[in-house]
Amino acid sequence: MSVLAVSNLAKRYHRGGKPFAAVDDVSFEIGPAETLALAGPSGSGKSTIARLVLRLIEPDAGRIDFEGADFLALSGAALRARRARLQMVFQDPLAAFNPRATVARVLDDPLRIHGLASRAERPRHIAALLERVGLDPALAARAIHEISGGQRQRVAIARAIATRPSLIVLDEAVSALDVSVRAQILELLLDLQRQERIAYLFISHDLGVIRAVAHRVVILDAGRIAESGDARAVIVNPQSAIGKALVAATPRLTRNRP
Amino acid sequence: MTALLWIRDLSVRYRHDGVEVPALKGISLDVKAGERLAIIGESGSGKSTLALAVAGLLARGAVIAGTIEWSARQLQESHSVTPERQPSAVDGNQTPLLGRDIGFVFQDPSSSLDPVMPVGRQIAEVVRTHLKLSWRDSCTKAKTLLERIRLPHPDSAFHTYPHQLSGGQKQRVAIAAAIAAGPKLLIADEATSALDTIVQAEIVALIRRLVAEDGMTLLFISHDIALAAALADRIVVLRHGELIELGETDQILNAPRHAYTRALLDAHLGLDAEPLLDRRGASA
Repeated sequence: MSVLAVSNLAKRYHRGGKPFAAVDDVSFEIGPAETLALAGPSGSGKSTIARLVLRLIEPDAGRIDFEGADFLALSGAALRARRARLQMVFQDPLAAFNPRATVARVLDDPLRIHGLASRAERPRHIAALLERVGLDPALAARAIHEISGGQRQRVAIARAIATRPSLIVLDEAVSALDVSVRAQILELLLDLQRQERIAYLFISHDLGVIRAVAHRVVILDAGRIAESGDARAVIVNPQSAIGKALVAATPRLTRNRP
Repeated sequence: MTALLWIRDLSVRYRHDGVEVPALKGISLDVKAGERLAIIGESGSGKSTLALAVAGLLARGAVIAGTIEWSARQLQESHSVTPERQPSAVDGNQTPLLGRDIGFVFQDPSSSLDPVMPVGRQIAEVVRTHLKLSWRDSCTKAKTLLERIRLPHPDSAFHTYPHQLSGGQKQRVAIAAAIAAGPKLLIADEATSALDTIVQAEIVALIRRLVAEDGMTLLFISHDIALAAALADRIVVLRHGELIELGETDQILNAPRHAYTRALLDAHLGLDAEPLLDRRGASA
């Protein structure tokens, strides 16, 4: 059974008085421990889909089933309980967190809000979460603005896994990181996926990153699905015009390997 | 190839909360006239500081040591129209003017364009300021530039405001303004980093064409080694403010001398790299 099933999703906005479809009849599924990537140029609807799945905005049409339940029909306590299983990591954790909050505070929030640990137990939980994402538990006392970008993204991941989610939406989560840090964060995400069977909705403009970590890819163009399939098969041999354009535009390192 | 400028033992420190933080440490390199030179590095490597230092745009608080000397001969070649400049006896020590001798393209075109002025006028003002042309001639030159950067509808483009343009189109206008006075050196500082892959490729192609057509020297600052390699004749690798390696693009890619350059190359996730999923033997 799929963790997430999106059917015929649609969202329209108005631009200069005229309606335009940001997301138009989009359907896809993600299975347990699977990474589905959304790729496409700016304005293709990637982030709108992320926000619809997270219910930060409401669709005009379509259906979202999460863990077998009609996610759009949930409200109140039932929605809050289900939301714990669906987490998110964005491009810039500095924008997502209060920069003056300590790392401990950022990780304490989800544990407290979702009643996952008593006040006495929470420091131990926080230390365990930090170790789980490869950080020194001593970092808990530091402020968010004092730690490096890579450490901050690890804290964002620790916060996301605190509530034991079945799905994490990663919206350009590694795009702002240096390449050396990026590789480590991707390795961490793969480790967590293997061990906790977390599914990822992985949004990226970078086909190289998608090819490295995603099982399947959906390529979007102007709010519609242009093509989808096995990530490597699509990237090796794209069929749609936008897929071909994205592959052609990706910079290549032409090294004469021995 | 003759040099356009010589950087010798350049160090830059920023004052931050009363403490001096080094941004560049003893950088020496020559920028050859007419070459496309990429400066690559990760955050904190000093690549943007180097670009700003060359353009004379460092903040007042910056503590600068070392020298950047410009070839007077090269600068005058591009500005034979400016009669007030006399050829100096010695080649070197000429002060370049930002906008006339150096064009600078920043990452975010919105911050370098005036939001309440039509883009054609913005380009024409650069032309009038630096080339001392009449307003009518400046506007004619601006229109030619708008055609050269290939905005859609070049006739109406002159009267367009920045907010009516896409991110890629704004960057094209910023590039037109940067090259309007016919600078000898074009500096592009992460000029394509905020754009999506397809638009990035278009802007790189535009920069390549304009640099070739006008015989400009290009300083291309990027965190992306693959993008830099696609454009540059030579690549400088910076790390923590130090020059790690400088070489021909082919040598940097195929025979890097420094372990850090190799690490940067290996960390690049290209379309031919081995997927991480396979390296870990994990699959759903």
